Amino acid sequence: MISGNRTAMGHISGKRKHRRGNFIFERISQVNNRAEGIVLSVFLYNYGGNVEMEEEKNMSMKTSLYEQHVELGARIVEFGGYLLPVQYGQGVISEHNAVRTKAGLFDISHMGELIITGEDALSNMQYLLSNDFEDMAVGKARYSPMCNENGGTIDDLIVYKLSEQSYMLVVNAANRVKDFDWIAQNIFGDAELEDISDEISLISLAGPESENILLKLMNKAEIPGKYYTFVEKAKVSTVECIVSRTGYTGEDGFEFYCSNGDAPVLWEMLIAAGSEFGLVPCGLGARDTLRLEAAMPLYGHELSEDISPVEAGLSHFVHMDKAYFIGKDGIIERGPIVRERVGLKITSRGIAREESNIYLEDMNVGTTTSGNMAPYLGYAIAMGMVDKRFSQIGNTLEIDVRGKKLVAEIVAMPFYKREKKSSK
Amino acid sequence: MSIVLDDLMYTSSHEWIRFIDKDTVEIGITDFAQHELGDIVFVNLPNVGDELIMGEVFSDVESVKAVSDIYSPITAEVLEVNEALLDNPALLNSLPYDAWLIRAGDVSEKEDLLNKEEYEELIAKEA
Repeated sequence: MISGNRTAMGHISGKRKHRRGNFIFERISQVNNRAEGIVLSVFLYNYGGNVEMEEEKNMSMKTSLYEQHVELGARIVEFGGYLLPVQYGQGVISEHNAVRTKAGLFDISHMGELIITGEDALSNMQYLLSNDFEDMAVGKARYSPMCNENGGTIDDLIVYKLSEQSYMLVVNAANRVKDFDWIAQNIFGDAELEDISDEISLISLAGPESENILLKLMNKAEIPGKYYTFVEKAKVSTVECIVSRTGYTGEDGFEFYCSNGDAPVLWEMLIAAGSEFGLVPCGLGARDTLRLEAAMPLYGHELSEDISPVEAGLSHFVHMDKAYFIGKDGIIERGPIVRERVGLKITSRGIAREESNIYLEDMNVGTTTSGNMAPYLGYAIAMGMVDKRFSQIGNTLEIDVRGKKLVAEIVAMPFYKREKKSSK
Repeated sequence: MSIVLDDLMYTSSHEWIRFIDKDTVEIGITDFAQHELGDIVFVNLPNVGDELIMGEVFSDVESVKAVSDIYSPITAEVLEVNEALLDNPALLNSLPYDAWLIRAGDVSEKEDLLNKEEYEELIAKEA
């Protein structure tokens, strides 16, 4: 088995003179060098044996939990400049379903953490981000896009209000440097920007058993009760860290921001405590299928410098009523949106991934931005950007996948929604 | 460690071929291949009666991670396709040497195949 798609593999095609030979995966869509592409990373990793790849691996950073992953049998890939597990022994589908039915543990230390501090911190938040932070209490977290002047998206991120004068922004690994530079260029008044990413490790616990697992290690009073709240100096057994009730899977869960030194201890404690509840370590592969089922956007796919958050269906987080924020004018200039993000259920046999063209009869009406088998739902799903005239739920479209047309139906998002238990 | 069976022949692109009798063969993907692919979710098979051409794609296998084309090591005619894989593609992961993709006959051309030792050497280099 081999890929014929060698053009995009420019930098390592030197060794690939023949059609047959080493084992490479084929990407359905044109491959590009985005660090965000998990499949690309797997592709490159599995290529193996190539000198340039080796160099790339040597240049990649390890998180504090690298040894733990290796011991647990992880398959490591390069992602966002870091060596991370794409899966462990049981595989992506098994990990995905464990998170949906019991619990999973993710090392996401590659994410970036930026701190803005000062008297003008709030004003800067209001200026830089599209969401509104005026009424935010300390101990709350809030999702926001960050726009460029054209109304496109620089990144999507989560803001944690640490104090009246101090906010932590948790940003996508791939955008960390871009975000830092952008904020540094635009920050004003009495405000300071700091990148503390290299000092922080981040672990995500997700799944219906998350709280039960945590109750073995924490005082109930310190466990954040409501979704999108956090406790700053919580004790998880012996480890002090930020514990937030946030996640990227569509399940209940918690994220732990701790020091690099504490990360291995914290990870191992969570693995041990979670064992009786069926907790399994999970990699990037499951992380992507989980967020896809939950219809959560991924930067570089559903969001980009070109795509506005309004087109991506994130108007809720874009407060046009704010006096000003970077991108507000750009959004106004774009006018009413002519394309929007849709959810697609693939009804014929096959999988549509990103960058496949979408058709209504012979007319190209859009492109997919993500797609895969949805392990829990049991069918293939995708998200795409479609011409608004044809984006209504229930419409039947076709997706061109490697020359074959797959039939797809536009469905409501999210594809999967967890059952809410009675809240505290 | 990948399983490699004694009584099969292999290709450098990780297909195995089993000679059922003088003129009939089964073709599948190796343990190494299924391991690299991860959870397989779809298999596309040719039709009975289709011609296989040595060196050309006759099937593809899709996993959560990616799609892989399967190349035929022989020129032959497809006699049977393994329909069980259409409903249960995961068989390729769990039983790669039992989950044949196709049975073919009337073999007219065959490329140079690897034996067990040669294949083991190949995958040792790739791992």
